[in-house]
Amino acid sequence: MASLALTLSHGLRDVRLELTLEVGSETVALVGPSGAGKSSVLRAIAGLLRPDVGRIALDGTAWLDTVRGIDAPPENRSVGLVFQEYALFPHLSVRANVAFGATSAGLVDEVLERLRIGGLARERPAQLSGGERQRVALARAIAREPAVLLLDEPLSALDAHTRDAVRGELRDLLASLRLPTILVTHDFEDAASLADRVGVMVEGRLLQVGTASALGAAPADPFVARFTGATLLHGVAEPGRDGLTRVVLDVGGVAWTTDVGVGRVAVAVHPWEVAVSRTAPEDATVNHIAAPSDPLGTIGNRVRIRGGPLAGETTTGSVERLGLREGETVVASFKATAARLIQLA
Amino acid sequence: MILFLATCTTLAFLVVPIAAIFLRIPPGDLFAALGSDVARDALIVTFETTVVAQALIIAFGTPTAYLLATRTFPGRNLAITLVELPLVLPPAVAGIGLLVTFGRLGLLGSSLSALGVEVAFTKIAVVLAVVFVAGPFYIRTGVASFGEVDSTLTDAARTLGAGPARTFGRVALPLALSGLTAGAALSFARGIGEFGATIMFAGSLQGVTQTLSLAVYEQFDVDFDTALAIGALLVVVSAAVLLPVKLIPSWRRSPSLFPTVSATSASS
Repeated sequence: MASLALTLSHGLRDVRLELTLEVGSETVALVGPSGAGKSSVLRAIAGLLRPDVGRIALDGTAWLDTVRGIDAPPENRSVGLVFQEYALFPHLSVRANVAFGATSAGLVDEVLERLRIGGLARERPAQLSGGERQRVALARAIAREPAVLLLDEPLSALDAHTRDAVRGELRDLLASLRLPTILVTHDFEDAASLADRVGVMVEGRLLQVGTASALGAAPADPFVARFTGATLLHGVAEPGRDGLTRVVLDVGGVAWTTDVGVGRVAVAVHPWEVAVSRTAPEDATVNHIAAPSDPLGTIGNRVRIRGGPLAGETTTGSVERLGLREGETVVASFKATAARLIQLA
Repeated sequence: MILFLATCTTLAFLVVPIAAIFLRIPPGDLFAALGSDVARDALIVTFETTVVAQALIIAFGTPTAYLLATRTFPGRNLAITLVELPLVLPPAVAGIGLLVTFGRLGLLGSSLSALGVEVAFTKIAVVLAVVFVAGPFYIRTGVASFGEVDSTLTDAARTLGAGPARTFGRVALPLALSGLTAGAALSFARGIGEFGATIMFAGSLQGVTQTLSLAVYEQFDVDFDTALAIGALLVVVSAAVLLPVKLIPSWRRSPSLFPTVSATSASS
């Protein structure tokens, strides 16, 4: 099983990149805000950026080892890098682009067919749509038969409609390639749907690495929680009745959670765990926060509503049944098991 | 209306002197005058020296421009300024500088002389004068053209397994070609028109160092029709140089939506 191991330390313009990561035959997504240093990680692996200190090795063979003075040039690293804006050669046809780094002519045709761009072989990149360019960029990277695949914001240059289709195709492709793949994105949903593991990167550091559901279930950091879509309520925790933890919220009120903690904490709750109603429901939920409502929009058959500090969801049907209007007081309810506790320093 | 008048006046001022060269005597006589020994010798000298000079300019100027455009190193700005200096230098100063360098008693000339190589007042001198004066036009445009090649494209070539040489040949050079062609045309035009540095450093010896431009000046006193005929020839050659520059498509921007036709690289 192929494995890419990296340890990097590099001073970027605003932040210092400090990162250790091991990627097997799987897709790891690096997510985080722009400026976190995600693309620099890819550039360092590809050999386009030389880190101050670091080691990058594929199956034990070093591509970079600053201690031993090893720094293989990009052309000697078996990497397929798909650039954010695709970086197709404008003066070459689609076929010539794909053939540029291809290991054999037969492979070019195979890859063109596989990505369904055989019919575009003679076109120039300028004539292609965004989705087609993305496929050509992928084909070009794959035709090199790389040992490692690197994707820099592979979906960000696409419009919303094309994006959904390409996301599905890309997931199938990555699954069939089974290469160590690192994918950079600022969109947690893209990361969750494409990657086996997700690493949240902020200011040059990896805060947490894990499956998307693990990050949601046990965020190690308020930023990770917010990135997975959770709302944060700050407060002070203390042991309470029934083995639950009682959190006195800064915004007023109390929240109960099954997680354990003491002192300054953040309570993370995902919108899909929060029910919104006019009055506190008579069910298992123990947390009820009453606040003026503020509709945030509709997602499919669900309506997202902000009730004070919390974002919650309810069905479009119940919004009509309840006759909810903006500014009216609603109760946002969630279970103690849905409230994740993040200890703050 | 004022704009229109100003434009017409400008165009007329630029075009009339050129047209006058062709209107002064009948085209047949103009063509016949080109058959004179002076004109023929000047044409041969110009052709020989121009071919060698432009070959040297492209051979040395292209890598120089690529390095200056793509690498950052201490003294880079100084190097670019040094390349630009001959552009603003009066040609007579260039001529006297070359003379005290390569002349018999010059800085390098004395050593060359001892080896039996004479430079001043030979065809070599014509070539060196043209390279010195016209070369910077090519390099300056070349630096701008290579500088405009999107570096992610050359990065992409590297990650696709191309070494520096293949990256240059398959990506950087083709993408900079329209700008380089424009630069070569500029330098060619400047080289054909070279006068000041050549006459000081190489003299004006018919059949040896007398180029077309020098011949126009020499024949001006002797045979006005020949001078006019050579002038007309230079007009035709210069116009012909502009054409390919206007016709080569430019690929300068990487996700270029449309291949654009442009003459020179405007900015660096």
